[in-house]
Amino acid sequence: MANGNGNGVGQRLAESVERVRSSQAWSSIFRPGSPFRAGYSDSPRNRSYVIMNNVLYHLHPVKVKRHGVRLSYTLCLGGLSFFLFILLTITGIFLMFYYRPTSPQAYQDIAALATDVAFGQLIRNMHRWGAHAMVLTVFLHMARVFYHGAYKPPREFNWVVGIILLLLTLLLSFTGYLLPWDQLALWAVTVGSNMGAYSPVIGDQVSFALIGGVQITADTLLRWYVLHVLFLPFIIVVFMAVHFWRVRKDGGISGPL
Amino acid sequence: MADIPEHILRRSAEARAKAEGRSVEEVLAELKGEQPAPPAESPVASSQSPEPAAPSGEASKIPEALLRRTAEARAKKEGRSVDEVMAELTGQAPAAPAAAAPAPAAAAAPAASGPVRDLDAEAEKYGVPSDLLQRAMIARARKDGKPIPQIAGQAAPPPAAAAPAAAAAAAPAVAAVPEGVRTQRLLTVVKAGAIQQVKAEPTDKVNVWPHLLAIEFVALMACTAFLIVFSTFVDAPLLEFANFNEQPNPSKAPWYFLGLQELLSYFDPQVAGVLLPGFGLGGLAIIPYIDRNPSVRPSDRKLAIMIFTFFVMSAGILTIFGSFFRGPGFNFTFPWVDGLFFDF
Ligand code: HEM
Repeated sequence: MANGNGNGVGQRLAESVERVRSSQAWSSIFRPGSPFRAGYSDSPRNRSYVIMNNVLYHLHPVKVKRHGVRLSYTLCLGGLSFFLFILLTITGIFLMFYYRPTSPQAYQDIAALATDVAFGQLIRNMHRWGAHAMVLTVFLHMARVFYHGAYKPPREFNWVVGIILLLLTLLLSFTGYLLPWDQLALWAVTVGSNMGAYSPVIGDQVSFALIGGVQITADTLLRWYVLHVLFLPFIIVVFMAVHFWRVRKDGGISGPL
Repeated sequence: MADIPEHILRRSAEARAKAEGRSVEEVLAELKGEQPAPPAESPVASSQSPEPAAPSGEASKIPEALLRRTAEARAKKEGRSVDEVMAELTGQAPAAPAAAAPAPAAAAAPAASGPVRDLDAEAEKYGVPSDLLQRAMIARARKDGKPIPQIAGQAAPPPAAAAPAAAAAAAPAVAAVPEGVRTQRLLTVVKAGAIQQVKAEPTDKVNVWPHLLAIEFVALMACTAFLIVFSTFVDAPLLEFANFNEQPNPSKAPWYFLGLQELLSYFDPQVAGVLLPGFGLGGLAIIPYIDRNPSVRPSDRKLAIMIFTFFVMSAGILTIFGSFFRGPGFNFTFPWVDGLFFDF
């Protein structure tokens, strides 16, 4: 363009971006040091502020050991378990909009996801495969921690917290398994929960409490639904908080070997 | 004092006046240095340790043992007898003239006789704030045991006011503001290093931002992308509506329990279904308390690695067996002969 309008537009755009970034509302959201704030410059001091003045400071210290960020050390397995948990929470909330934990609606609702709900099948798939993947990553994470000897003092207790997380992950997955209320769900859960009935001495009571009766019924569905969407996620979040906190308090990531 | 804002001074003055039952103007004038403080009141000094100047009611509240410890420490430092200091602390004997304001003030008392320095001029010359210069000067004088030089342009403080001046100089400049009625008592002296040892070993560290966060972000994106792509192409199973009267053959638990289900075909259900998984989890949980070997080097941990690997492999093999090699009636099959009896 002859009169240089093209540049003018770009410049005006940059100016208004800058104006928004230096507005009071913007700088009230992004605390000093945030890369999103006006006038951010890359300096060691600001790099520290990015974490220190950020909600992330609850998770991460300002600095970590250099070898700890090498992908080949943690394989990001703990992190992936956590990411998957977040994805499962998001997709799970979406699924809750369309699901009623009663018989036969439960089955119909799941079937309807494939036909009546935009992206319903995709979200259901993500939730299911994500759940399987999380069991896998948590298990692999445990193995990686073992082979690094990362459970040794002072990290003994975090390993125990980890075992609780493993158990909770399995329980979350297992309670979710029943919810589609199809033949696969019903009989897999029957086989699985029959094992609980073999507990010495209190077997019958355990089984009764678990499935809400002497055999699996729609009551079991409701019970496991509540466990799956409310109780277990709540508990696992608490233990994850402790887990992450201990990773930091125990001196950050272990190693190097 | 000149640079303390008037309203702050006034606030202190009001508080102090109220506490001491004097008039605000009087205290204010004293704070500004326009009028010497009455000898008995040496505010800062008396507020920091149980000095003779402190009301004796105050001092007598301090446990005898603590007082004695303080007295011993001070006596040792000043080369006097413990009893003398003790008597002085408890207010039974008037303080010796030279120790009119003990501790920091003791060194400051002879201030009037020191040489004269023009701090403002020096501040100008060296580009260092004059209050810092003053602090350094006093610290050095005290270390060398020499009289503290007098500051040009500042009237020699009256003897009793020497205490606050010295104490103020020892503390950051702001502390020169008398703090109203707040007093602090020395409770005990804790030796440093007893509670916590801070050892900072130099380690090679990098900033979380951007190094770690960038990796985490990429991992999150990759994980999400993988899940979306996989879910686009592979549908989650949904069989027929749950039917209590028609048990599929075989009936299998979710895959992560298939190792256990496999065990069920070898052992009594109480053993395979409850005891073994219970011991398994419990055993995992107490690993750190059993394995006392502090080394993390794989070559030092051959036994631990062998045992763990054995169990992991067993669990894996059992799971694969239960998943793919068990058909109708949970009998052994080859998946390539009879097909798969497995669902996710
Ligand atoms: C929901 C499940 C879990 C989540 C979300 C999780 C998350 C994490 C994360 C993010 C880390 C930081 C280092 C890394 O990524 O490897 C970590 C470290 C650790 N985790 Fe987990 N974890 C889980 C389960 C477990 C399990 C099952 C165990 C062991 C039985 C365990 C034991 C540990 C230990 C000992 C560390 C410290 C490792 C080190 O310092 O190198 N965690 N976890």
